[in-house]
Amino acid sequence: MDEGVQEILSLYQGDKSELIPILQDLQSKFGYLPGELLKEVSIFTNVPESELYGVATFYSQFRFTPLGNKHVMVCTGTACHVKGADQIMEGIERHLGIKDGEVTMDLEYSIESVGCLGCCALAPCAMVNKGVKSNLTLKDVKRLFKKSKKC
Amino acid sequence: MDFSQLRDEAKEEYNSLFETHQPLILVGSATCGNSAGAQETATAMVEKLEEHNIDYKMVEVGCIGLCYVEPIIAIVKPGKPWIFYKEVTPSRGEELVESYIINNDPLPEYALGTYGEGIVEDIPLLFDLPVLRPQVRRILRNCGFIDPTNIHHYFAHGGYHGLKAALETEPSQIIEKLKNSGLRGRGGAGFPTWLKWQLCIESDDKTKYIICNADEGDPGAFMNRSLLESDPHSILEGILIAGYTIGAGKAYIYCRAEYPLALERIKHALNEMKEYQLLGENILDSGFNFDIEIKEGAGAFVCGEETALIASIEGKRGMPRTRPPFPTTSGLWGKPTIINNVETMASVALIMQQGENKFGSYGTKESKGTKTFSLVGQVKNTGLIEVPLGTTLRQVIYDIGGGVPDGRQFKAVQIGGPSGGCLPEQFLDTIIDYDSLAGAGAIMGSGGLVVMDQDSCMVDVARYFLEFTQKESCGKCVPCRLGTRQMLDILVDITEGKGKDGDKELLLNLADAIKGASLCALGQSAPNPILTTIRFFEDEYAAHLDAKTCPALHCKKLISYVVSPEKCTGCMVCLKSCPVGAISGQKKEPHLIDLQECIKCGTCFEYCRTKYDAIERTSPPQEGK
Repeated sequence: MDEGVQEILSLYQGDKSELIPILQDLQSKFGYLPGELLKEVSIFTNVPESELYGVATFYSQFRFTPLGNKHVMVCTGTACHVKGADQIMEGIERHLGIKDGEVTMDLEYSIESVGCLGCCALAPCAMVNKGVKSNLTLKDVKRLFKKSKKC
Repeated sequence: MDFSQLRDEAKEEYNSLFETHQPLILVGSATCGNSAGAQETATAMVEKLEEHNIDYKMVEVGCIGLCYVEPIIAIVKPGKPWIFYKEVTPSRGEELVESYIINNDPLPEYALGTYGEGIVEDIPLLFDLPVLRPQVRRILRNCGFIDPTNIHHYFAHGGYHGLKAALETEPSQIIEKLKNSGLRGRGGAGFPTWLKWQLCIESDDKTKYIICNADEGDPGAFMNRSLLESDPHSILEGILIAGYTIGAGKAYIYCRAEYPLALERIKHALNEMKEYQLLGENILDSGFNFDIEIKEGAGAFVCGEETALIASIEGKRGMPRTRPPFPTTSGLWGKPTIINNVETMASVALIMQQGENKFGSYGTKESKGTKTFSLVGQVKNTGLIEVPLGTTLRQVIYDIGGGVPDGRQFKAVQIGGPSGGCLPEQFLDTIIDYDSLAGAGAIMGSGGLVVMDQDSCMVDVARYFLEFTQKESCGKCVPCRLGTRQMLDILVDITEGKGKDGDKELLLNLADAIKGASLCALGQSAPNPILTTIRFFEDEYAAHLDAKTCPALHCKKLISYVVSPEKCTGCMVCLKSCPVGAISGQKKEPHLIDLQECIKCGTCFEYCRTKYDAIERTSPPQEGK
């Protein structure tokens, strides 16, 4: 892990304004922000850990626990909402046996409700990793995750 | 570098796509198209073409805005007009290869319309379609017609002419052009662009910045995403012009991380610019130096507010601050900064390319030009549109949008995102511009239009928006942080049948305080959805508060799902699909839902609706079985 962090930090100068891009790179690499690495980032950018945590926890993109192999982001934007996003979210939660923000025991799936994905004309939508699934129905929920091991 | 020569070569390259014996296939590959399956369709078509040893060309293009019929493919055979096809699944794509590319049957039943010279029997002209005819596509002129990853296509369509012209013009004259064009900021606030730039020029500071706000966070809005993915250079050109005019040396594009394809396209476009001396030092031999850097948002809606955005770029929590000083005087790192929306930048490029008079020939007196809108929700033709400001809501929703599908009733249109309002039928003839909607308590906002029908509960819609703004509130000021929380708690109670006497008055009271005292526009506009829904849908609030019913049959705690015995055929589909086993019954006998066990997920309702429509929602909720 340490090597990974050093590799990322080597791309930056250590300026405070680089804090968010550094955290984004860390999360891109590790899938979340491991607590033990943040101390190094704090030293590198000269931003006290308390302030660093203040920044990291402000932005909803940053996670402090790992994701599943397949991370499902259910859009809760207005267009998706009027087309039944709430029910889709509940359907996914039921099917996987976990709640919004949690990960399955086998670390295969995690769910997160997110703000508008910008795919509103094909609501309701969800992203599974980088792919967008659109025009979702409750029938699709079963089909999309049929290979999962429910916990 | 000879710019005219470059343009001529680019035009030749673009036209050569159509001047060979090879059929050309254009695949709509923005996020909507891809999520509908465009890549799979393209792969299937390529396999079919190679199977038949057909020599072809395939180009990925951006989004033409007809998202409701994605994936969209256009086929251009030598000597024939382009034919756009709708809902092209992989098998339909293969059919088109065999039927039209190899043989000559264009399969009109799958076609949307033709574009270019020539007529094809039984296929209308694309721009004669009811969804496109009323539109005036200026900002979106290239979207769906060029490859967004090929700068030559942009050059071939007048690209960077605006920049070339700007570099030969005095900044004060550029300001004059913008003033005459009437361009107002397209991000929502509608501040005159020329004035914002003028204020920045007046500062003596040698270091100035441009920020392009691509943090499109309004739920229901994707205009900026579409443009970033489909015609990124049109925005970058505008940014360069802005930089030159105010004397800045650097720009930041702040783009939400939830737009991975947009980020990819912008990054690619920036690399292309470097190859053509459009970025870095001595741009187009003018002596003008400029650099553009991308900053990714990290999931904070409030960072769409300019001072919060600046804080985010500086590496801090995205919290707004008081103004004055305005960013034009003291912005990024205390330096004079211009922050403009993606569409504003693209409008600037358009004005410098085609002239301020042409731009200003559309629109109304105070709201000039055309504007893009995302038309979504319960409307037939969902997608991205562009119309002159001054077009009415009715024209947009009915003429272009085709009205509400499946014979359901229009109830409201939500305009302006979480800062806007929900307008009922009586406002359909209001024109859309910066000022006309104010009388109704709404704002045009950045351009998101969400249509709602009889199944939408307006109290729940208000709750939904409050939930959003509450979550996104940065927490800095008391009226927003605590006020929105209190409003939300009251609304949740109302939707659960726990509303009390005086709740409505309390909501109005709170709304007044929050609007008046919040630090930034997020808080100041957070009560708008509540204010408009209370004003125009009072009967729904009354039903929830007094009768504990939800007229739209939506609020879970106030409805029950019941099987209608006359319609039920006993097919057992709902029984099998119920996740909690709350439905009982024998084959061919009417089923029964145990209301104690039922979790009101809606699964049975969804499965039965199109088949027998035997499951009803009733309100107020029933007891027992």
